[in-house]
Amino acid sequence: MRIHSKRFAAGAALALVATLGLAACGSDDEGGSNGGGDATTVTFLPKNLGNPYFETSDAGGEKAVKEFGGKYAEVGPDTAGPDAQVSYIDTAAAQGVNALIISANDPTALCDSLNAARDAGTKVVTFDSDTDPECRDLFINQATAEGIAKVQVDMIAEQIGDSGEIAILSAAANATNQNAWIDLIKSDLEADHPNIKLVDTVYGDDDDQTSFDKTAALLADHPNLKGIISPTTVGISAAARYLSTSDAKGKVALTGLGTPDQMRDYVKDGTVKEFALWNPEELGYLSAYAGKALADGDITGKEGDTFKAGDLGEFTIGEDATVLLGDPFRFNADNIDQFHF
Amino acid sequence: MTTLTPDAPQAERATRTYPAYSRGLLARLLLNREAAVIVALVVVFLYALGNVQYFDGPLTVYNLLKEYAPILLMALPMTLIIITGEIDLSVASTLGASAAVTGVLVVEHDLSVPVAALVAIGVGALLGALNGFFVAYVGLPSLAVTIGSLALYRGLAEGLIQDKRVSGFPGELRSWPTDRIGDTQYPNIVLVIVVLAVLFGLLLHFTSFGRSVFEVGLSDEAARFSGVDVARTKLILFTLSGAVAALAGVYVALKSNSVATDTGSGFELKVIAGVLLGGVSIFGGRGALHGVIAGVLLIAVLNSALQLDGQGSEVIQIIIGLLLVGSVIASNFLPRIRALLPRRAVTPEVTTKTPDTGDHTRKVAQ
Repeated sequence: MRIHSKRFAAGAALALVATLGLAACGSDDEGGSNGGGDATTVTFLPKNLGNPYFETSDAGGEKAVKEFGGKYAEVGPDTAGPDAQVSYIDTAAAQGVNALIISANDPTALCDSLNAARDAGTKVVTFDSDTDPECRDLFINQATAEGIAKVQVDMIAEQIGDSGEIAILSAAANATNQNAWIDLIKSDLEADHPNIKLVDTVYGDDDDQTSFDKTAALLADHPNLKGIISPTTVGISAAARYLSTSDAKGKVALTGLGTPDQMRDYVKDGTVKEFALWNPEELGYLSAYAGKALADGDITGKEGDTFKAGDLGEFTIGEDATVLLGDPFRFNADNIDQFHF
Repeated sequence: MTTLTPDAPQAERATRTYPAYSRGLLARLLLNREAAVIVALVVVFLYALGNVQYFDGPLTVYNLLKEYAPILLMALPMTLIIITGEIDLSVASTLGASAAVTGVLVVEHDLSVPVAALVAIGVGALLGALNGFFVAYVGLPSLAVTIGSLALYRGLAEGLIQDKRVSGFPGELRSWPTDRIGDTQYPNIVLVIVVLAVLFGLLLHFTSFGRSVFEVGLSDEAARFSGVDVARTKLILFTLSGAVAALAGVYVALKSNSVATDTGSGFELKVIAGVLLGGVSIFGGRGALHGVIAGVLLIAVLNSALQLDGQGSEVIQIIIGLLLVGSVIASNFLPRIRALLPRRAVTPEVTTKTPDTGDHTRKVAQ
């Protein structure tokens, strides 16, 4: 009997597809049915997966969701970019999750999808990085932009003696929060620190290797550099790693926003004196409770509304449907061992 | 003629069977790779409808068409290019550059969306023609040329919008491409895709230009000897590819209401994956447009179903990757295995040859 190759190929392709489809869809019935029952479904969508900062904040969210008996899920793209986030928003909308907690990679590119999700009944809470206010129900602000800019300017001024050249190592060039902080840092420097000169702003794209390379380039381009501000956890740890093995260790000050676990070694070996952050776990925790309060109809996002966020206590909604977590916290050799995230 | 006895071969012809041509039209339509992909698409779609929660919701088909529209668009000219044995890796960068052009013209220079779109498509066509020139007239391999222009055109986009993010497209035209057609699950961009798919389908399968595309793919040289202007054919295809990628760029800009330097990056791999899954041979010479459309949609449906099922992106990538590798193996490897198997005695095909050769009469005489 002659074998018809095309018939065989057709059958094989079909069998492959069917097998893969069955294997994929049948393997995870629990994970697939996160919309059933009365429990509040909360989906966290960070800027990208595998980023320790978001792992911490999402873990805080998971803790909160467990406390109030909801169903928690974390989804997201491998790399940070608005295109990749859109399909996860679309999926969450199609699944009809009660609350979507998202850190936005772009303030406008996600709007159509987020609003489609809201039309489908999903409450949208942004945290860490906001969208345009008309595309979400609530923004959980980790700290005011002014507070974040000011603490970083204060720290660098203290560490370099309030004069000399400094540079900024940021994340992606179109990151909403980074750019807002950088603008405020600039005006803060102009107003209160006339002897500090910002000579360069470079972008490490929240990628460890890119940030590392950009730090090396900064030091090469600016021999008189006295300090670097890196308002991103990926950037500051990559910069610290470069500085700790270079001649500039201890001579070029480094500060910005980092997590204690990433920065502990560099604080102890003298590369970094002091840096700041909020508690991302508390941020995720608060965001989840805010999503629950919205989904239950306890709040609508109106200014002055209040809700209780578990252990963190009561919060009041401010202007533009935002909730403030609190002031940034400075980490240094005296206190860093008290924190683990 | 003179050596032939006129009756004998005709009588033989009437009684012989010809395996290669014995399949009916229906069998030939069903037993090919395009049909396999279409059947796979239907099976996966129906399976997902019945087994994946929320897949039957009012957003699923809309969302997957909205997100895969640029891939579908760019897959159309890419099909023709790969059939000629070439490839265009620069489509996603062309998309990014034209999205940047659209953004800058509309948002910063207050041009109307249609005018900016036309300019962007013109720019895209030029970028495509540049690829085509180097491939067709300079004779460089398209893989090398378009890897270069992949970087170059992305650089153009970065030069145009730098570190800014261009957003805030005005007017109703902004949301037209993603608005639904009535109460259906189809966004308006589907209309554009259907029109272009029909045009490209006619061009590839029903015109002499389309036949020359296949000929070039089978052998540049043979095509040249049979009177095909190979260089011109390639130039036209790369120009079309650039223009359609630019159209996709305008769509993405309007859909996102935002253009950044990385808009559409990585799309070229999705396009090529869809084309290959759709049954087009990477070596050229074989493929059909309906298979490619089914191939892209199959990836889109799988992606959507797996995401709705709660699978992580790594699982989805592995499954789609396996599917692609499996389909390439199935189409390239199985014929070789078949070649190793013992063949059934082949019916003499002499009667199909021109009957006036001496060779022929001797064979018939046997």
